[in-house]
Amino acid sequence: MSRASIAIVGAAETTRMGKVPELSQTGLHADAALNAMAECGLTPADIDGVATGGHDVAEIIQYLGITPTWYDGTSVGGCSFITLVRHAAAAIETGLCKTVLITHGESGRSNNRNHRPIFPSMQQQEFESIYGPLFPPSRFTLPVMRKMKDDGLTEEQLAMVAVVQREWASHHPRATMRDPITVDDVLNSKMIAYPFRLMMCCLVSDGGGALILTSADRAKDFPTKPVYLRGMGGESAEGPMISQMESFSSSKAFRVSGKMAFDNAGISHSDVDHLMIYDAFAHLPIYGLEDLGFVKPGEGGAFIAEGNTRPGGKLPLNTNGGGLSYMHSGMYGMYALQEGVRQMRGVSPAQVEGAKLSVVHGVGGMFSAAATVVMTTEDQW
Amino acid sequence: MSERPQPTIYPETQFYWDGAKEGKLLLNACTPCGGKAYFPPRPFCPTCGSRDVAVIEASGKGRLYSYIINHLPAPGYTPPFTVAVVMLDEGVKMVANILDCPAEPEALTLDMPLEVTFEQRGDIAVPQFKPAGGAA
Repeated sequence: MSRASIAIVGAAETTRMGKVPELSQTGLHADAALNAMAECGLTPADIDGVATGGHDVAEIIQYLGITPTWYDGTSVGGCSFITLVRHAAAAIETGLCKTVLITHGESGRSNNRNHRPIFPSMQQQEFESIYGPLFPPSRFTLPVMRKMKDDGLTEEQLAMVAVVQREWASHHPRATMRDPITVDDVLNSKMIAYPFRLMMCCLVSDGGGALILTSADRAKDFPTKPVYLRGMGGESAEGPMISQMESFSSSKAFRVSGKMAFDNAGISHSDVDHLMIYDAFAHLPIYGLEDLGFVKPGEGGAFIAEGNTRPGGKLPLNTNGGGLSYMHSGMYGMYALQEGVRQMRGVSPAQVEGAKLSVVHGVGGMFSAAATVVMTTEDQW
Repeated sequence: MSERPQPTIYPETQFYWDGAKEGKLLLNACTPCGGKAYFPPRPFCPTCGSRDVAVIEASGKGRLYSYIINHLPAPGYTPPFTVAVVMLDEGVKMVANILDCPAEPEALTLDMPLEVTFEQRGDIAVPQFKPAGGAA
């Protein structure tokens, strides 16, 4: 028998999402942080650990008036916040701090900020971006034609990722895009970077989110239903030059991170009731399903197209609609975590009945980094 | 139209761009790894960590490994244009545009043979690829 050691006791998104022109990026961090602290009865004086990605963690600390004994500013892109959950868990476990606030805020649409959230890579600039792939839709998509040839992945299967996720988003009042779509709608949407059409690409939004973590034995003192970490998750990185991926059909960072998370949680795939895989673009849930081992290599596209991940399917995936339909500020990982927490609290508008275990897996940069955490409703197993 | 982007060149990569000016595609290769090439250049082997590395001239031959047809704007480019990953015969991958070839799926067959060419951007020569033997 194992006992949970770490719990998420606070979780909230910004009051508004989508277009939030009235807040700066710092303000989005703060709005989410204040919402998360309020729901679990804390003030900045109760926080002794702060973590964020894509923004100076010290600025967040000063803006919120916190005096921390631990901080972490890991910035590897959108999965930073998933990575920071496991870093925070390790810090609490080793006594470096007791109560950690992880914040995310990003003015991705209104651009009320003075910097980009991901460090520019020197080699990526020198050897890739000079050829014109200056934006994520023309970089992140570069390996996919190879995977289509090698694995038989089709454009229709890529389109089905967007179609199925829109079905989930239709349940979420806060999702940006909620109207049903068809494969034809996706394939006839504006060409962005062949074979990727507009509806295979994520939204560009303003928003934020925050989590509060503490030790499991303190969690019962909070007014919120605790969501426990099972194991310490996983992380890995392959690097920002997408052309240098070892394989174009599989992410090494996904495989290493996922295996570590499953191994140290002591779970198998059949234990997973709910799954979030960061979807900046339609191919990512396909790579994720394969690299986390839910399906065999090359079977991810068909698995989604056959309806296994849609509402009522055997593996509910991206139940908020994902970056394709819910929102995508630029670093979406925080919103995947928020939906995982909602599902474990039993309060998601697209609630998976009886779900007790959720896996949240994210990508950072363009297949540059990855992180995975396992959440559960149970404090022992 | 604005100019196409220039690479920011660092001391460790100067040889690569100097080679391109002379019409040569230069790579680093690791001596302890049996002369195995790697990319992008750096003064040590990313497989074994050895600093015992050489500069070799690549054959300039490769194949189309993957690509997108970019419809988004980029300085100096007129969309749509092809952004490809080329697998060199030396076993390393690099990004390039595919010149002398329409930016259309019908003209871009994966694994089609390619050969290096060089595009002048001001004082810099940028390695590019085109269909081998002018076939497209």
